[in-house]
Amino acid sequence: MNLFFAARSFLLVEILKGMWLTLKYFFFVPRVTINYPHEKGPLSPRFRGEHALRRYANGEERCIACKLCEAVCPAQAITIEAEPREDGSRRTTRYDIDMTKCIYCGLCQEACPVDAIVEGPNFEYATETREELYYDKAKLLENGDKWEAQIAANLVKEAPYR
Amino acid sequence: MAEALKKQDQREIKPYTMNFGPQHPAAHGVLRLVLEMDGEVVERADPHIGLLHRGTEKLIEYKTYTQATPYFDRLDYVAPMNQEHAFALGVEKLLGITVPERGQYIRVLFSELTRILNHILNITTFALDVGAITPALWGFEEREKGMEFYDRVCGARLHANYFRPGGVAFDMPAGLADDMWEWTERFPKVWDDLSTLLTENRIFKQRTVDIGTTSKEDALAYAYTGPMLRASGVAWDLRKSQPYDVYDKMDFDIPVGKTGDCYARYLCRMEEMKESLKIMRQCLTQMPGGSVRVNDYKVSPPPRAEMKRSMEALIHHFKLYTEGYHVPAGETYTAVEAPKGEFGVYLVSDGSNKPYRCRIRAPGVMHLQALDFQSRGHMLADTVSIIGSMDIVFGEIDR
Repeated sequence: MNLFFAARSFLLVEILKGMWLTLKYFFFVPRVTINYPHEKGPLSPRFRGEHALRRYANGEERCIACKLCEAVCPAQAITIEAEPREDGSRRTTRYDIDMTKCIYCGLCQEACPVDAIVEGPNFEYATETREELYYDKAKLLENGDKWEAQIAANLVKEAPYR
Repeated sequence: MAEALKKQDQREIKPYTMNFGPQHPAAHGVLRLVLEMDGEVVERADPHIGLLHRGTEKLIEYKTYTQATPYFDRLDYVAPMNQEHAFALGVEKLLGITVPERGQYIRVLFSELTRILNHILNITTFALDVGAITPALWGFEEREKGMEFYDRVCGARLHANYFRPGGVAFDMPAGLADDMWEWTERFPKVWDDLSTLLTENRIFKQRTVDIGTTSKEDALAYAYTGPMLRASGVAWDLRKSQPYDVYDKMDFDIPVGKTGDCYARYLCRMEEMKESLKIMRQCLTQMPGGSVRVNDYKVSPPPRAEMKRSMEALIHHFKLYTEGYHVPAGETYTAVEAPKGEFGVYLVSDGSNKPYRCRIRAPGVMHLQALDFQSRGHMLADTVSIIGSMDIVFGEIDR
């Protein structure tokens, strides 16, 4: 028995086994890495990325300034000011999200009764300065216009679960 | 002159004091270790904590129960869902509600997935610390798959915010259960490969066997929990001793180590991954249908379709997302078996919508305090092994 162990130890059995395994991986296991900017990993319809403010099909903004998102935000990243518009409807005059404070918990989109604020599928919005991450209403609406097709498709997919 | 020389000869040389971390890659985060060295032998190890302190406990006192949940993801960010689990169970206990069975199964399923992901991270980075690079490359590929399940179920890869008091946020999407089942079939292959690389490997064994040995008595005296305690030979697991959710319906074993050294901890974690896989499979086969959170709109928000139709549901929706729910006055200590050990939440409620006090018991602190006695008399390089085997994550230690 001792001889067996000595032989195993002397012949580097476990080291060679490990090396053989890595060699097998080297040749026979398909590539698992992705060439990032050109290839991207899968994203679920639930993915919570960059925020966007959506509009109705007729171009009217959805947000009615109920301030639920502002109230529920754990990081207090959202600031809203509102007053009635000329036509009498209640709309925001200011809708700011401090993206540096945001913790992407998704509570704002859960709280929103009209699906106006959503966390869209975009995760590539790194900036060079902090100031660029203080999003205002115009930026959020622009995001909404840009990503609307995908956001709407995701919301349809998620509708049975919400 | 001769007197002075004699005095000089007898002078003791002070041990060399060395800083290890907070930016050392083997320090697993922001551990600052002040080591007193005698040559290359550690005489005293003094961990300095607090570099990642964010005041979570105090912050939670100013958040409603809904808002407090995401904070638990950010404690031990390697095992986010287990910690939400502890908080959710605590609040449920105070509220006196029971989660529908499907919700409980989903929670257990994801707790166990998280345990596997946590152990993969720990074992592979531990191996990295002692010189093996390949396990990390392979293990992180598996972690990536697990995080894709996270993404599909809750929309985030790490900071889930998925378990809520009263159940889980949403039901699992269609097809996820099948994909998870398929993953549980493929994972044992990866497990075997990791094991081939490490378990018998002489370099790995030389770096871990008989390093940081803790006896049964010491382990209990230093309040070890989780794999650390089990590696020292104590069969203690909260999932068995005080089962929560549906753990009492699960058939699994508790792996127990014999020697209590770094190698035993590694073996314990490896075996635990297999047991977790068993639990995941049982959850997937036994999972019943039905709702995933309590039907009480005073606690969990009504479904969206109903909120759009019914005035009452809309009012509940508004109440829940502004004021939150009020939890009856009382206190509770609720603990879960997190991958690192016993993660407990001590909640005191004064009947308002915010916790009066939320004390968090993180297992890592108790393990870290034992670093001194474990590494005393070992070489500097062995300290790295010991830290690696402790599964230190600073998010939970500094809170």
